[in-house]
Amino acid sequence: MNIPGKTERTGPVLFSGYKRGEAITKALSLSREDILFELKDSKLKGRGGAGFPTSTKWMLVAAAKGDKKYVICNADEGEPGTFKDRVLLMEYPELVFDGMVIAGYTMGASLGIVYLRGEYEYILKSLEDYLEEMRKDNLLGNNILGKGINFDIQIVLGSGAYVCGEETALIESLEGNRGEARNRPPYPVNTGFNGKPTSVNNVETFAAVCKIILNGGKWYCTFGTDKSTGSKLFSVSGDCEKPGVYELHWGAKISEVLDLVGAKHTKAVQVGGASGICIPKSQFNRTLAYEDASTGGSIIIFNESRNMIDVLKNFMEFFVEESCGQCTPCRIGNSKLLEGVELIEKGEFTFNYINKLKDLGRTMQVSAKCGLGQSSPNSFISILENFKDEVLNKSNGGRNGR
Amino acid sequence: MEDKTSLRAPVSQQPHVVRIPEHPEHIGGSVSVEINEKKFSVPLGTTILEACRGNQIHIPTLCHHEDLCVAGVCRICVVEVEGMRTLQASCSFPITNPIKIKTSTQMVRQARKHIIDLMLSEHYGECYACFRNGNCELQTLAKEYGIDHYNFGHISTPRYKVDNSSYSVVRDMDKCVLCKRCVRTCIDLQEVGVLEAIDRGDKTHIGTFFDKPLSDVICINCGQCINRCPTGALRANDPRDEIWEAIDDPLKHVVIQTAPSPRAAIGEEFGIEPGHSFTGELNTALKRIGFDKVFDTNFTADLTIMEEGTELLMRLYRTLVKKEQTALPQFTSCSPGWVKFIEHFYPEYIDNLSSAKSPQQMFGALIKTYYAQKNGVNPEDIVSVALMPCAAKKFECNRPEMNSSGFKDVDYGLTTRELAQMIKEAGIYLPEMPRQGFDDPFGEASGAGLIFGASGGVMEAALRTVIELVTGQKVESIFNNANIIPLRGFEGIKYAEIPVEKVGPVPDILKNLVPDWNWLKGATLKVAVAHGTANAKKVMDDIKNGGKFSECHFIEFMACPGGCIGGGGQPIPTSQEIRAKRAKAIYTEDESLSLRKSHENEHVTSIYETFLKEGPCGHTSHKYLHTHYVKRGRFIS
Amino acid sequence: MLTAEKNAMVEEIELLVAKYGKDRSALLSILHEIQKRYRYISEYAQQEVARMLDIHPVEVYSFISFFAFLNSEPKGRNLVRICKTISCDMVGKSAIVKTIERELGVEIGGTTKDNKFTVEYANCLGLCDQGPVMAINDRVYVKLTPEKAVKLLSEVK
Repeated sequence: MNIPGKTERTGPVLFSGYKRGEAITKALSLSREDILFELKDSKLKGRGGAGFPTSTKWMLVAAAKGDKKYVICNADEGEPGTFKDRVLLMEYPELVFDGMVIAGYTMGASLGIVYLRGEYEYILKSLEDYLEEMRKDNLLGNNILGKGINFDIQIVLGSGAYVCGEETALIESLEGNRGEARNRPPYPVNTGFNGKPTSVNNVETFAAVCKIILNGGKWYCTFGTDKSTGSKLFSVSGDCEKPGVYELHWGAKISEVLDLVGAKHTKAVQVGGASGICIPKSQFNRTLAYEDASTGGSIIIFNESRNMIDVLKNFMEFFVEESCGQCTPCRIGNSKLLEGVELIEKGEFTFNYINKLKDLGRTMQVSAKCGLGQSSPNSFISILENFKDEVLNKSNGGRNGR
Repeated sequence: MEDKTSLRAPVSQQPHVVRIPEHPEHIGGSVSVEINEKKFSVPLGTTILEACRGNQIHIPTLCHHEDLCVAGVCRICVVEVEGMRTLQASCSFPITNPIKIKTSTQMVRQARKHIIDLMLSEHYGECYACFRNGNCELQTLAKEYGIDHYNFGHISTPRYKVDNSSYSVVRDMDKCVLCKRCVRTCIDLQEVGVLEAIDRGDKTHIGTFFDKPLSDVICINCGQCINRCPTGALRANDPRDEIWEAIDDPLKHVVIQTAPSPRAAIGEEFGIEPGHSFTGELNTALKRIGFDKVFDTNFTADLTIMEEGTELLMRLYRTLVKKEQTALPQFTSCSPGWVKFIEHFYPEYIDNLSSAKSPQQMFGALIKTYYAQKNGVNPEDIVSVALMPCAAKKFECNRPEMNSSGFKDVDYGLTTRELAQMIKEAGIYLPEMPRQGFDDPFGEASGAGLIFGASGGVMEAALRTVIELVTGQKVESIFNNANIIPLRGFEGIKYAEIPVEKVGPVPDILKNLVPDWNWLKGATLKVAVAHGTANAKKVMDDIKNGGKFSECHFIEFMACPGGCIGGGGQPIPTSQEIRAKRAKAIYTEDESLSLRKSHENEHVTSIYETFLKEGPCGHTSHKYLHTHYVKRGRFIS
Repeated sequence: MLTAEKNAMVEEIELLVAKYGKDRSALLSILHEIQKRYRYISEYAQQEVARMLDIHPVEVYSFISFFAFLNSEPKGRNLVRICKTISCDMVGKSAIVKTIERELGVEIGGTTKDNKFTVEYANCLGLCDQGPVMAINDRVYVKLTPEKAVKLLSEVK
């Protein structure tokens, strides 16, 4: 395989060294309540992007009634510009799987499922082998470390659908249905996989849990900001010298990241992937944090040579294809936004119509059934607002520009 | 992986299971909710939509249908819930804790308008050139929200080919708004499983297995999807043009038979509240339109009872006395949707189907033989139309074996909706018509034939006759006023046991078949009724597993929920309430009649004397009134 | 399809059902394996899966049509997928695609005459830091140049 091998990575929390089983050993010596308290103290929020407090989710599942409970690791990393989970799974499986075992113990689940995106099939073999080693070490399977805890992990491959990164769509596809998001409530914490209480967490969240268990919630809070504690893995790509995965404290400024990765003549930064927002130069002092520029980790850098309408078109084409197609705002709305981009491209737009489409985008943000349709207009709105001179005024061959 | 309930619908589409908390303060299970700054108390788990509708607050819906599980996909019913960042679909949001709701804020109105705009932008064609004009839920919404132009453009070329391969159902995906009501009807309500969403994103469409034409898949033609389609995407295969042509042709002798269910529902097409029968008015209207003769399908329903009832007694006789291997329980065969269902899904049981044709096809055979001879009409010139509540009847009359008269026995199956359209085209307002009777020689029919229209009706009609033929006693001595109440109503599966305490002499008409009834003395007749193919499936699986229903002697199956009154050719919309009203109209009419038992119908007796001379299940009967079935594929037709 | 082939396929599907279970939740894994083995999931295979899991065939077809990596129609012996998402787009995906189209004499989305390759676009393959990226079957190749892409294809049997 010509994927570069394990590079020496350093970072404050996740990339700081860990031995398989360390956190499991510690966790199994703690009570479930203690683990939940530690997590609560850490203020850890979901690393997939939505930022739901992990301790709350786990408490709800732990408290929910059900003869079976499930832990699902969401490794359906499909957001354009995101590849940190690939790095974690290939280079730090010990953090992810130990985190899952801890989750199973804490919530009383006996099965963990890794939903690995089909595009990562080439990692499957190494992960399966790794799980086998864990079983040999009694870190997985029956009576883990002699503590009477049973928990196993299986890996299910996705099959090429971005929307399955949405937790209820993921569960639907696991159940053998189209990957269409469910109505919520009820939430997966009560009615998840096969109708049982289920916790769906991002790959990185599980990794963070290991470190929190080992070092404590208070320690974790020493990193990051008050509202965004700890560290975050950022997947940096686009116009820079050193693209890759970086572990940084939450609260890092965009400009700091640009310096770190050797980005020059940067015009714009897309934070949060295709479903995120596009930030212009004037706002590069904004911070990466849940309370400011929030992201599941994707940072895409555009230098001055890039045409933002091309960028936007690429994003909108992506959503038109990847919408699951069940709800009206997302299915037709994204097509309309793409048509709008094509009108701009051809110089055949009217400002009136573009404003209508922006309003439509705002409707999609509040009325689509799931996160996909709610976030797909973000790039449309932010690019047309933050780069309107470039996109609509400077090269405007449209009727209003004449 | 492991356990799961056997519910068919994806979890997202199933009704929410709300676990009532066990805390004492929740006893009574109600929760307070504030809607538009007014406080209400609703049962825990009520959806926002139900809460609003129960309190006279209007919320528009499109994908929601009260017969179906929740979808939450059209998003037209969104409302604001305080504390939530996004709008919530009221159809799928259960109220489990006190919340504050606003149903008509600027954001909500804007969102709804946008959603309608989006649907219209992909809705090919114009309203005035659509058969659902005036009865289209999308059109109604557009009007309600004052849409006066296409805000996001309008598709100018069709994207799909119309699928008119089926005798019964025509699909035009260019009119589809992807509400998935048809999918939920087909997979969940009927458990047939022909339609599903195919592809994703902007290519999503409703399709069949491998996008095959409907005639090539396991569609049973029940047409329940048509009844629930909000727009013009689904319709029945419409024979109006051909029928008008026949009427206008002076050389053609055009006759029509009318089934009871359309008569109990056609008023709805003229703005009349459900629950009124227009039998007499319809006869006049049909004559004015130009039909040469109008016959009552109930006549052959009576004949069906004679044939099917005799067949049942013969099956019992062969089993109990002759100890022959006989397929029991006997299944009714008058619902062509059900017949095709069993042919596809339980082909090993087709011998259990009564070989008696449905009333429509019996009539077809008689019109082109008995009637043609009697009235000196060349059967070749007869165009035989059947007014049916049914989409599958169109398929049934096109079954290749349905030609015992030497011609196509029934030329056209016409739905209630299509006939209403013809009446309107003729400039007639049905409710104003004077009443008149049916034409001879089939004029009179019994109430037993009439109640065929409601679930349980065939069984009730059969029992009224079988009980009297066997016991020699009046059925009224067992069931008050001959109303067999345990078989009525909308419960999915009904079951009854009738002990045969005494037996009487064998009536003349059956004397050549059986010497006496003594072998039935002390027996208990076990019967069941199932309507909707999902319920039929439950009964069939029970029979397969040797359960309670395998011990039945006779089971009535109807493909459509509610029976024929809820048929796929009936007026749109449909709901439990509407179906109940139509059923009531039928039962009321039955009770108003003096003739209520098939075997007491003199015209029936007379036809056995003059035409079907060997009596029920005799040679001539078999030639004209009985049929056979074919085993079909489980997956494709 | 020959009866012997059909029977072999049914046996294989039976084994998969034995491995993953008869519950509908086995569908994704079962279809994935059939896809891997046959490179597409035939009408017959879909019917058999539906029969064994006791679901409607249209549900299987619907499910397959939903996922980009499952297909109902046969494709070339080797599947080439080129990432078209933004980061790969910015570092020269178009040049790769043009070259491959020219070299193989096939338009994107199509299959070569000798049925050796089907060439498609894929959405983000998750190697945005190493673009342009291409997958040949289940192996991925990074930091492509047009020349390198052609060389890789020529090494495929």
